[in-house]
Amino acid sequence: MHDAWVRVGRALRLALLIALALLFLVPFYLLVRNGLAAEEDITSPDWTFFPSTLHFSNVTELFRDSTVPMARSLLNSALIAVLTTLGTLLLASLAGYGLARIPYRYANHVFYAILATLMVPAAVTFVPSFVLVSSLGWVSTLRGLIVPTLFSAFACFVFRQYFLGFPRELEDAARVDGLGYWRTYWRVVVPNTRPVFAAVGTIVFIGAWNSFLWPLVIGQDREAWTVQVALASFTTSQVIRLHELFVAAAVSILPLLVVFLFFQRWIVAGVERSGIDD
Amino acid sequence: MSGGRPGLARRLAGPQNRNLWFWVFVGPFVLGLFVFTYVPLGWSVYLSFFDAHNTVSPTEFVGLDNYTAMLRNDAFTDSLWTFAVFTAFIVPTTFVLSLSLALMVNRLRRAQAFFRSVFFLPAACSYVVAALIWKMSIFNGVRFGLANTVLGWFGADQTAWLSTTDPPWYWLVIVTVRLWLQAGFYMVLFLAGLQRISPTLYEAAAVDGARPGWQVLRHITLPQLRATSVAVALLLVINAFQAFDEFYNLLSDARGYPPYARPPLVYLYYTALGQGQNLGLGSAGAVLLALIIAVVTVGQARWFGLGRSDEKGA
Repeated sequence: MHDAWVRVGRALRLALLIALALLFLVPFYLLVRNGLAAEEDITSPDWTFFPSTLHFSNVTELFRDSTVPMARSLLNSALIAVLTTLGTLLLASLAGYGLARIPYRYANHVFYAILATLMVPAAVTFVPSFVLVSSLGWVSTLRGLIVPTLFSAFACFVFRQYFLGFPRELEDAARVDGLGYWRTYWRVVVPNTRPVFAAVGTIVFIGAWNSFLWPLVIGQDREAWTVQVALASFTTSQVIRLHELFVAAAVSILPLLVVFLFFQRWIVAGVERSGIDD
Repeated sequence: MSGGRPGLARRLAGPQNRNLWFWVFVGPFVLGLFVFTYVPLGWSVYLSFFDAHNTVSPTEFVGLDNYTAMLRNDAFTDSLWTFAVFTAFIVPTTFVLSLSLALMVNRLRRAQAFFRSVFFLPAACSYVVAALIWKMSIFNGVRFGLANTVLGWFGADQTAWLSTTDPPWYWLVIVTVRLWLQAGFYMVLFLAGLQRISPTLYEAAAVDGARPGWQVLRHITLPQLRATSVAVALLLVINAFQAFDEFYNLLSDARGYPPYARPPLVYLYYTALGQGQNLGLGSAGAVLLALIIAVVTVGQARWFGLGRSDEKGA
């Protein structure tokens, strides 16, 4: 009797999970469906699960359309995401290591000053940051889009926690061999802590690729649009070619899905070891 | 301390140049954080006491005028109210959904990685893309859209989801976008917490005759998840404060932004960078918003007793 209930409960739970999983996949399906459909299939009042015909030519049409800076904005996004990721990894990992391992009397004060900025949601500073960046003359430049976002307190925090848990013995051996902090860091610490670099790097890359408010504020010229800003300008404009819009959105998440599926387990591992729930 | 007078440079460098090396490692990061976070905050406070139209340099000192104007401005206080309603919706729903997903996925013996991936996958999507799917495909009001099609099978009338304010159906659209995008991320946080609970606790509970299910959940799982729950609740509130992308992309169109459902950031965006370019007023609003966020966050952290066990797991 008891066993039967357990089995029924398990079956119900599995059924619920499968239903929820399908629900979570519906938006992805719609993105692909509408991206490959003809405009009439998207706007038809008689909605069907499958479009009547598949138009793979939508992709080439998108890149040939001169009114949409698709190629340019994808290039901008790629440049921004790659440079932001590399810069953040370098700056935040060095700072995290210094905070975790180099004895300094005021290290904790510095750490709290960094942590305090986590309390200031980045979005609240967009007015003053815009003021600063525009007075530097960096509006609509890659510098303006990248440099102010390089100093992620979150990434620094994760690196510090991770390095604190890194076994000291390896570093001690390096010190005995006469290596200073700098060489110990590059030759011993970095090669042995690649998973955390992969985890933070993936999170930063996704965040940079998807960020919207800052590129919207700073990328005022069309030449400086990121793919998110280009998509948004589509949805708020008067004349919309829906199939083109959807195929553009699908193209915009493709690079991320690849990165995401490839690095997913590192993200999970990174979350588990970040100390975020300790 | 040792014989002779160590020069100032030597003293600053510290024993074995440790202070120097500390700043070589930490300095560039701290400098950037100072320039791009602390300086803007300070500048914002400064600018908020001045008149600054269409310019980033202050023109006339106006004292607290910008603040009183902001607080008397219905559009701004309405935006705070919008934010409060939004938080009241999104924090509990995301919390419950992500915790439920984690509990269910955690008990799976097979296909755990598959379900985790499916629920986590939307985290790779941007709000811009998600808002597009919601606005143009699922909740499109009159002519087409999945929600109306499905509801139509049951004989329901067509609903103009994003422009219906009574009842406020637009909340359904706004909340479901965020749920879809974020639930998987918080589920992973909860999963990490669940996997750290020692199995001996469950064995002891079974010996004591606790029935699996609700009793175990209430007396073992939830108390053990406390630290994770506090972190998730804090992150949810902080993230709700940042809400901009989905509001902007779901509600604004070529005709502008509707007067309802404008959270503070959207309002500030239009004030500071829209037609008027009123940066003084925008700065005053940003400072007020930052103060409110600081009070709420610190209050919430105190309430949960966060910080007392800081460094424990380090």
